[in-house]
Amino acid sequence: MNGRLRRLKALIRKEFVQVVRDPSSLLIAFVLPMILLFLFGYGVSLDAKRIRIGVALQDSGEEAAALAAAFLASPYFEARISRDARMLEADLLAGRSRGLVVIASDFSRRLHQAGPAPVQIIADGSETNTANYVQNYAQGVLSTWASLQRLKQGTAGQAGPRLVPRIWFNPELESRDSLVPGAIAIIMAIIGTLLTAMVVSREWERGTMEALMATPVGIAEVIIGKLIPYFLLGMIAMLGSVAIAVFLFQVPFRGSLAALLLTSVAFLLAALGQGLLISTAAKNQFVAAQIAMVTGFLPAFLLSGFIFEIASMPLPIRGLTHIIPARYLVTNLQTLFLVGDVWPLLLPNILILLGLAVVLFFVTARKTSKRLR
Amino acid sequence: MEQAPATIQGLSYRFGPNQPPALAELTAVIRAGAVTGLVGPDGAGKTTLIRLLAGLLLPGSGAISIFGLDTRSETTRLHRIIGYMPQKFGLYEDLSVMQNLRLYADLQGVTGSVRQQVFARLLAFTGLEPFQSRLAGRLSGGMKQKLGLACALIRKPRLLLLDEPSVGVDPVSRRELWRMVQELVNGEMAVIWSTAYLDEAEQCDEVLLLSEGRLIFAGPPRELTKRVSGRCFQIRNIAGNRRRVLANAVQRPEVQDGIVQGENVRIVLRAGAGRPELATLAAGAEARLVPVAPRFEDAFVDILGGGPGGTSVLAAAMTQVADAGPITVEAQGLTKRFGDFTAARDISFAIRRGEIFGLLGPNGAGKSTTFKMMCGLLRPTAGTGRVVGLDLQKAPGQARSRLGYMAQKFSLYGDLSARQNLEFFSGVYGLSGARQKETVTRMIDIFNLGPHLQVAARELPLGFKQRLALSCAVMHEPAVLFLDEPTSGVDPLTRREFWTHINGLVERGVTVLVTTHFMDEAEYCDRIALIYRGRLIATGSPDELKGSTANAQLPDPTLEDAFIELLRQWDNRNREEAA
Repeated sequence: MNGRLRRLKALIRKEFVQVVRDPSSLLIAFVLPMILLFLFGYGVSLDAKRIRIGVALQDSGEEAAALAAAFLASPYFEARISRDARMLEADLLAGRSRGLVVIASDFSRRLHQAGPAPVQIIADGSETNTANYVQNYAQGVLSTWASLQRLKQGTAGQAGPRLVPRIWFNPELESRDSLVPGAIAIIMAIIGTLLTAMVVSREWERGTMEALMATPVGIAEVIIGKLIPYFLLGMIAMLGSVAIAVFLFQVPFRGSLAALLLTSVAFLLAALGQGLLISTAAKNQFVAAQIAMVTGFLPAFLLSGFIFEIASMPLPIRGLTHIIPARYLVTNLQTLFLVGDVWPLLLPNILILLGLAVVLFFVTARKTSKRLR
Repeated sequence: MEQAPATIQGLSYRFGPNQPPALAELTAVIRAGAVTGLVGPDGAGKTTLIRLLAGLLLPGSGAISIFGLDTRSETTRLHRIIGYMPQKFGLYEDLSVMQNLRLYADLQGVTGSVRQQVFARLLAFTGLEPFQSRLAGRLSGGMKQKLGLACALIRKPRLLLLDEPSVGVDPVSRRELWRMVQELVNGEMAVIWSTAYLDEAEQCDEVLLLSEGRLIFAGPPRELTKRVSGRCFQIRNIAGNRRRVLANAVQRPEVQDGIVQGENVRIVLRAGAGRPELATLAAGAEARLVPVAPRFEDAFVDILGGGPGGTSVLAAAMTQVADAGPITVEAQGLTKRFGDFTAARDISFAIRRGEIFGLLGPNGAGKSTTFKMMCGLLRPTAGTGRVVGLDLQKAPGQARSRLGYMAQKFSLYGDLSARQNLEFFSGVYGLSGARQKETVTRMIDIFNLGPHLQVAARELPLGFKQRLALSCAVMHEPAVLFLDEPTSGVDPLTRREFWTHINGLVERGVTVLVTTHFMDEAEYCDRIALIYRGRLIATGSPDELKGSTANAQLPDPTLEDAFIELLRQWDNRNREEAA
């Protein structure tokens, strides 16, 4: 119908003017995404490189010195070598180093006797992730040193089976490559849920919703008039973020644009549905922002598998993640960036997102009417 | 038969199953070609009724039909024939004047060639033509109100609903709005106008008076005014203190209601009661009781059971302000510039101890800027402000500890209970230990806050909110009280109670600086400063100001007439000088 279309166009035009004029919308729609993207692109890194450790070299033998040198040469460690184990222990205690490798005074002797020659590795368990790295990297250094030793002694090849690790999709284990796609998911959750919930509640707060409702505008027009602008805004933010990820941060993008668009559309619909549902309950911006933070932004951050592995969460929490739209988006984005179009994985996620969107819109439609209460 | 603009039949409405009815058993007919005023104390159900008429709320029982359309089932058609201006005007502040108009034109289906004509007509009508590209958020209160009206009028509604369109708007803008609405009514439109200003109600063709959700009067305002005819008097030629005369008068059993009017005191007698003995009022030997024409407000207070009467228990509990000197508040050449805009220019005045001093002026004239500089909330570009001899720039903390401040809209913490608010504000003003506890207890006793102590301040009935805000402002027994539009949007009964307290405090030597748009509130002032275009253009007592503008056409101007005339004269003078 002509009238309906004209009203819708007027509402959408109004929404865009407001976004451009209102500093808080601009902040949420453009500045916040940039900050997040740069934070995850440059600032945050889950890779541990150049971890400070101490190497207590209590043995003066040639092999012990070679082992200590191997730690010194490792790109993963910044090793401080000393004869005085107690001083290095003090470093560990004070947090100046994250680990301690002790090469005991009888190391060379035991080695020559062809018996087991233990090397002690002490890691700082207060940061579990780093402790794991210290342990694994130290083992790596040790085994490299051992195979070099065998090579020197001409005993190479005599050892049994050897592990040859290969890492697919992200061979250098650059955490940025998996963090940036996750950050894009967070950005879209913010625009879809937080911004939408806030702009609708602002209309209640300022009394403009009341004035709108006394005009011939239908409630569906009001809702669609909010949906379309923020849908477009979300898509623009998404494409912009992907461009920055690919061209600035050099994150590979191995999927197709079509799959990316499909995933984004499905996610944005669910996120917008969530934002609109919040705005039916919260009639002022403060409450709307709070609810959007707790139900939209935080779960997208914590429960989407973006930073914390879903598989290692307790069962009830793992169950909860299934209704978090961001979970499906994070998986799909990481797949699209690092792997490619794996439709058997992408498609079910897209369908689940669409399902969530349908449910959210249905509930929103049931709860909204062109009345004040 | 022509259908009535609105027929309300046995209408009841509740906000919840356990709530008292917001509206009960309301039956009324709204006439076409007339302005129907919707009046009543705060919380009487005015806004609820307007929302029900606009189809934004559904009747609990009973029915409303607008030109034969049921608000329950024919909402879409209803919204094509009504114009509605909600309390906050319903404007998009980020959109320009023109963009707001275009939006509402699109929503109302005003298109094609008609559209430009409508815009041109409305812009001329509202005088907004020069401001088309200004953002609505940057308009003054009066201009926002006009734009709100223009947006509601885009499609030329058959029924126009205005919900308190003049709250916080200055008298000049109020008169212009009234003139515009009169033009519309002559064009056969029906207008429903809810208002807290009873002088506006007096000019309506009909009024509906609501109290606690019930319709207690419907008909032309003069019908209501009739009930107090012969009972309204002014006590003139008062020799003593007119505030004390008022306090004495309202304690007399014969007196139903009383207010200060400049140098005089206006009283309304109870039905059937004889005149009070002037000797009992301590008004002096020269005092005379002069019959005056009744006003709508007299009848309004009368039908609601009379003014609050009595004396201020608050004032009784306060100690006399002694150590303040004869001049307690002083402004010397106060100037404030924002960029190249001068909001206040060289403003000077001195207020004596125990004086009520009013700052009046149109919206955006520099009244609030001056007020904020005097409270130490805004640093003047030039000049000094002094409170009890303390410079607000050099000793702001000390000066502020001697002043009490009550902001517009009662700046209480809505989420805190009444007691928590009292405890918080007493702490802020430096009371602690036994003295704090004692003060809080005293305030609770004085204002009867006992039953409401645990209630969140937001939920308090309006009268109690105001009492609580006042007690928070005076707990530290300030020498000077600053009131910023203290009774904006408050009904006459609550306003009378408030002024009983203020009058009582002034008797105790407290100095009061007040800004207001209510002329009857301005009548309580000893002196008034009129601020216009950033300048102080006139100072004097209400009677002096009235007298200065009296002329052949208007021998006995009201304070509002005087106010508007003074602004006009100033504009003329400056236009001549410029020319």
